[in-house]
Amino acid sequence: MSKTNLTRRGVLKSGAVAGAGVALPTIFTASSAAAYTNEPTGGSVTLGFNVPQTGPYADEGADELRAYELAVEHLNGGGDGGMMNTFSSNALQGNGILGKKVEFVTGDTQTKSDAARASAKSMIEKDGAIMITGGSSSGVAIAVQGLCQEAGVIFMAGLTHSNDTTGKDKKANGFRHFFNGYMSGAALAPVLKQLYGDDRKAYHLTADYTWGWTQQESIAAATEALGWETVNNVLTPLAATDFSSYIAPVLNSGADVLVLNHYGGNMVNSLTNAVQFGLRNKEVNGKNFEIVVPLFSRLMARGAGENIKGIVGSTNWHWSLQDDASKAFVKSFGTKYGFPPSQAAHTVYCQTLLYADACQRAGTFNPCGVAEALEGFEFDGLGNGKTLYRAEDHQCFKDVLVVKGKENPTSEFDLLEVVEVTPAAQVTYAPDHPMFAGGALGTCNPGA
Amino acid sequence: MDAIILQILNGLDKGSAYALIALGLTLIFGTLGVVNFAHGALFMIGAFCAVFVQRLLNLSFETVDPSKTDFLGQPLKVKTPYVESWFGPDVGATIIDWSVPLAVLFCIPVMVLIGFVMERGLIKHFYKREHADQILVTFGLAIVLQEVIKAFYGANPIQTPAPETLSGVATLAGGIVYPVWRIVYFCFAAVIIGGVFAFLQFTTFGMVVRAGMADRETVGLLGINIDRRFTVMFGIAAAVAGLAGVMYGPINAPNYHMGMDFLVLSFVVVVVGGMGSLPGAVAAGFLLGILESFASTTWATTTIPGINQIIIYLVAIIILLTRPRGLLGKKGVME
Repeated sequence: MSKTNLTRRGVLKSGAVAGAGVALPTIFTASSAAAYTNEPTGGSVTLGFNVPQTGPYADEGADELRAYELAVEHLNGGGDGGMMNTFSSNALQGNGILGKKVEFVTGDTQTKSDAARASAKSMIEKDGAIMITGGSSSGVAIAVQGLCQEAGVIFMAGLTHSNDTTGKDKKANGFRHFFNGYMSGAALAPVLKQLYGDDRKAYHLTADYTWGWTQQESIAAATEALGWETVNNVLTPLAATDFSSYIAPVLNSGADVLVLNHYGGNMVNSLTNAVQFGLRNKEVNGKNFEIVVPLFSRLMARGAGENIKGIVGSTNWHWSLQDDASKAFVKSFGTKYGFPPSQAAHTVYCQTLLYADACQRAGTFNPCGVAEALEGFEFDGLGNGKTLYRAEDHQCFKDVLVVKGKENPTSEFDLLEVVEVTPAAQVTYAPDHPMFAGGALGTCNPGA
Repeated sequence: MDAIILQILNGLDKGSAYALIALGLTLIFGTLGVVNFAHGALFMIGAFCAVFVQRLLNLSFETVDPSKTDFLGQPLKVKTPYVESWFGPDVGATIIDWSVPLAVLFCIPVMVLIGFVMERGLIKHFYKREHADQILVTFGLAIVLQEVIKAFYGANPIQTPAPETLSGVATLAGGIVYPVWRIVYFCFAAVIIGGVFAFLQFTTFGMVVRAGMADRETVGLLGINIDRRFTVMFGIAAAVAGLAGVMYGPINAPNYHMGMDFLVLSFVVVVVGGMGSLPGAVAAGFLLGILESFASTTWATTTIPGINQIIIYLVAIIILLTRPRGLLGKKGVME
């Protein structure tokens, strides 16, 4: 009679050892092969589009998503190719990125930093997104940029205009195509001088958060350099809806220019209130009272309606530009969706193509390889003329448009007219400019 | 001095909106005992009545103008509103220009109907539930309503301008200039508030409602269907909120979120005025509107940074500490 020494404890021990043995190669494979976060292993690569799908900027978010879908279609060889046909780099072949089909997931930033970080985190950890892009607020962009730096993925910022995004809060994994407050000031100042002279008293109303502060600082510096005097700067809460209490003091301030450092609903309401109080028809110091909105958007201009007519501001891009790239993009977007793209749509489309192109040129999705390919990259054919992705701060330097609310629009889209294309050289600043000081780019983080 | 008068005028204007919303809130609370968090959404829907009427009057037919091109280089499609083709360009343009006042007429039956549907369809099922349940269900309803509006009209603000003749500035005594439409808004609010008080004070219906607010059970025992009258009051409260919204459109472009922006402040107004007190709600609305205006002046914000954002809550704390029932609150309400 044979006897076996099989005990319950023995079986458990053997099972644990055998299990660890079987799992061991997998553990090693996982850690050793993944050289960077979410390295794509199959036939596709996933991009994460993090845009405001709810909240006050949902319309801009929707336009961004349309542009992203169009970019993905073009990258995968669909549609008419859009600006891939005009892009100076010929690395993209219309067969995805590095031969992998481009897929995407979307998140909702809600224009709230915590919600935006949560959705970006989810896309990175659950959906395997290798790059995060999008957004319509500087607060959100800075928050998500920080998260992407920690997670080891590339962040291609959407609509963010604060100096801080590529200033004190810049990160090695973050890249901004959109222009910034300093550039708005530098582009606007000569036009303001030409239109309104160099002896003006400006009163600023400023949204009380990072974007408002840096834009106000930039515009005040640029206009004071012209000889303008800044009479006052009043910070207004982001949640403000009725600006009458802030507009009323302007009437007796001695100012003859009102600068509205507001965006979105704030801009629509403050401009509407300013017009209601008769500022546009007022004469102060022997001059016509003028209103300036440094950052314009066509979608917001539509919200401001008639009040926008004749108001000067700056914008990153406008669909009426007549260069081949802009025309190609407008044709592609307009044919697909039935209306022209916004500047938000343009910038995120460019960012997607620029990321894909960088991967292609680098031959890898590794964030450090991609970052290296983007740093110092000079390109053309994306609607803004010759452009440089500066290595020192990951900011794009390109022409800036000065626009004016159109007096006689021919359609609901024809709200702004380009009064000047300010050359890139005029809006370029030193990497160590005081308005951008205080942070360090750091080193690229590949994660994993 | 001019600056002070301007801020008082601004305060009266803001206060008009607060008072109108708070009046409706108090009416509903006083009659039905419901804390209606969807009241801000009714204000927002009122504003979107103006958007709807404006869009309705701008319904157009298209003709092709081959001499011009659109953004894709195709012949431009020119839109002509039907009202301009029916009544001629001048009369048609005038009708479109007066879309906000016309929307006032449209808004009243629509808002009364929405009020009835809300009360009969949803809120009546929560009369005997906790206040917390009522708050949750009405808050949920507010979110649903604003998302429905966003689905139809988008997230961006939509301008509903005042008629051209009422959109300039008026020069008041002492050379003070003030927007005409804001004066119209204040006068309109005064008329509505006066109308509601007169209705409650001088009509039999109003007398019964007031009696019901004081002692619902006894009025019921007298054989009066007080519930039906309270339902009518809900409809009236909804119409008051809607009218406040439709006339507010030219001051600030309607957007789907505007109801929430006003809701919290209006609740503070109701609490400061005294729960269930109609005169209290109106008085507190104007008082807090004026205080908020003064707190937004440069002098105030430089003296105490951030005062413009906390003034209303600060005053609410002070008043509730010194007069726990609010300015004109009555004993036994919400106690």
